[in-house]
Amino acid sequence: MSVITPAHYAVLSAALFVVGVMGVLLRRNIIIIFMSIELILNAVNINLVAFSSHLQNEVGQVFAIFVIAVAAAEAAVGLGIILAFYRNKESVNIDEMSLMRW
Amino acid sequence: MIETVLIPLIKVITVFIAVLAAVAYMTLLERKVVAWVQSRLGPMRVGPHGVLQPIADAFKLLVKEDITPSQVDRGVYTAAPIILIVTALVVFAVIPFGGETVWFGRKISLSVADINVGLLYIVSVSSLGVYGIILGGWASNSKWPLLSSLRASAQLVSYEVAVTMILVSVILTAGTLNMAEIVRAQLHAGLWFVFVQPVAFVIFFIGGLAETNRSPFDLPEAEQELVGGFHTEYSGMRFAFFMLAEYANMIVVSSVATTLFLGGWLRPFPNVAALSLLGLVPGWIWFSLKVFGLLYVFLWVRATLPRYRYDQLMRLGWKVLIPLAIANLIVSAAVKVLV
Amino acid sequence: MGEAIAFYVLSALILGFAILVITTRNTVHSVLFLVLTFLFVAALYVLLSAEFLAVIQVLVYAGGIVVLYLFVVMLVNLKRPPEAYQDAHRQTWLGLILGGVVLAELAAIFTYSLVGTTTAATATAAAPEAIGGNVERVGWLLYTDYLIPFEVASMLLLVAMVGAIVLAKREL
Repeated sequence: MSVITPAHYAVLSAALFVVGVMGVLLRRNIIIIFMSIELILNAVNINLVAFSSHLQNEVGQVFAIFVIAVAAAEAAVGLGIILAFYRNKESVNIDEMSLMRW
Repeated sequence: MIETVLIPLIKVITVFIAVLAAVAYMTLLERKVVAWVQSRLGPMRVGPHGVLQPIADAFKLLVKEDITPSQVDRGVYTAAPIILIVTALVVFAVIPFGGETVWFGRKISLSVADINVGLLYIVSVSSLGVYGIILGGWASNSKWPLLSSLRASAQLVSYEVAVTMILVSVILTAGTLNMAEIVRAQLHAGLWFVFVQPVAFVIFFIGGLAETNRSPFDLPEAEQELVGGFHTEYSGMRFAFFMLAEYANMIVVSSVATTLFLGGWLRPFPNVAALSLLGLVPGWIWFSLKVFGLLYVFLWVRATLPRYRYDQLMRLGWKVLIPLAIANLIVSAAVKVLV
Repeated sequence: MGEAIAFYVLSALILGFAILVITTRNTVHSVLFLVLTFLFVAALYVLLSAEFLAVIQVLVYAGGIVVLYLFVVMLVNLKRPPEAYQDAHRQTWLGLILGGVVLAELAAIFTYSLVGTTTAATATAAAPEAIGGNVERVGWLLYTDYLIPFEVASMLLLVAMVGAIVLAKREL
């Protein structure tokens, strides 16, 4: 059908996934870590949509919508936690987040 | 080649020039209408009755010194007005200015891009406009612009919920997301949707006033409290971009309201054959007339109502408009199922 | 051909901005690169003719979630950025190795799965009843086969909303 196969999209998705993983592992700013998680979720979505459009079946896109909903919920709660943590310690460094309670 | 490149290009350029001209003359219209309400004359010096005032203003802003304060974040400071104006202008891509017409033997639909998710496109693009405001205020590295931009973005995000929710009722009534199809649905129903969804129209208009930061919701620009709003530190051409974006956004809200509620390019009483004489006037003229009618209401409201307080603004958005929008959605869905 | 060019350009932009997201020191700039990444991902969805998802991506991610991040970044007015001081016990090289392992693992999966099958299987699943466009089909699936997950997702969002308010409010 065309020169771009789902494999191309899968490679792109994997690369974006690895970028996200690197962000989670290497950065200490918890906001950046959250953004890296969003990148990982987007990588998954690219895969879902690519295969959905290849198979002419919209189920993959429905799944992607659920992923977006979960990402929204995660961002809301996660940023709430960041704000609560910042209020206590004046920092967003994940290395200082070692106590379960203050 | 002609179909895929030339015609869209001509459409884009025409719409761009028309919108910019409309924006320029909105500034004059605003000053004239407000002056009229206050028994003044308004600008009279440049040209007869001040008709050349916008050109003089544009020239003044162009030749003024463009100051970049030393402590700003340069990249973001430059990007903010551009983001704002681009998000305001690209919405016009899906507005149908008229039905299908035959010009020079070609069938041409009078919208730049007739896409199936038109209404969602408008909602999503205009949700990006908030970046221009937040970043402009943040990058200025100054107290008042930051406070103003936080106010503006909180206001925008709050009212966006109500407006998007109310659009769902309209989508439910029309049964499509395509802007041109929504107009055709009104032709088919023989009734403008403002009569089917009066509550939706009122909420959309109030939300539109709030989203464009217009009076009585112009808290982000409240001179008495905040110097001049999120664009205090801007000058010259970049300041002009902020003003252009504000007026372009007013035209966007009016155009969308016209398309969704006032029958777009349709003439009044589209199904009454006795009035078919009105059909001689091209659709885009009807469209412009309706848009300017709504813009006049914008200015009328500005000249009449005092400014809201911030807590009143938030209460109106969250405790009145959003519940009303949800109730309206439930009622429309019930009516759709039962009738 | 046009599709290939669009794909490679978009991929380069997505990956480039994603790398900038995780490498930039200034958090606000990082958030802005994230917005650009999401916008180009939306463009990729348009290329895959998933218009509805593209619009939702812009509306929810770029217009909603990232605005939330921007708000938090501005509220969290940092005197000392987290990366400014060194933690002697932090083992960055371990993170790099782990990331490399993930990359190697994915590469291995690709080589094993793609060597055998030269051409990817063409569209096999029959298109479901051909009603309307992309929006109609997604909506149809969402409100019929996936109605219960849809309702569960709405509950999840409600719980998240309440949770965020409880966490962020100083005193209730």
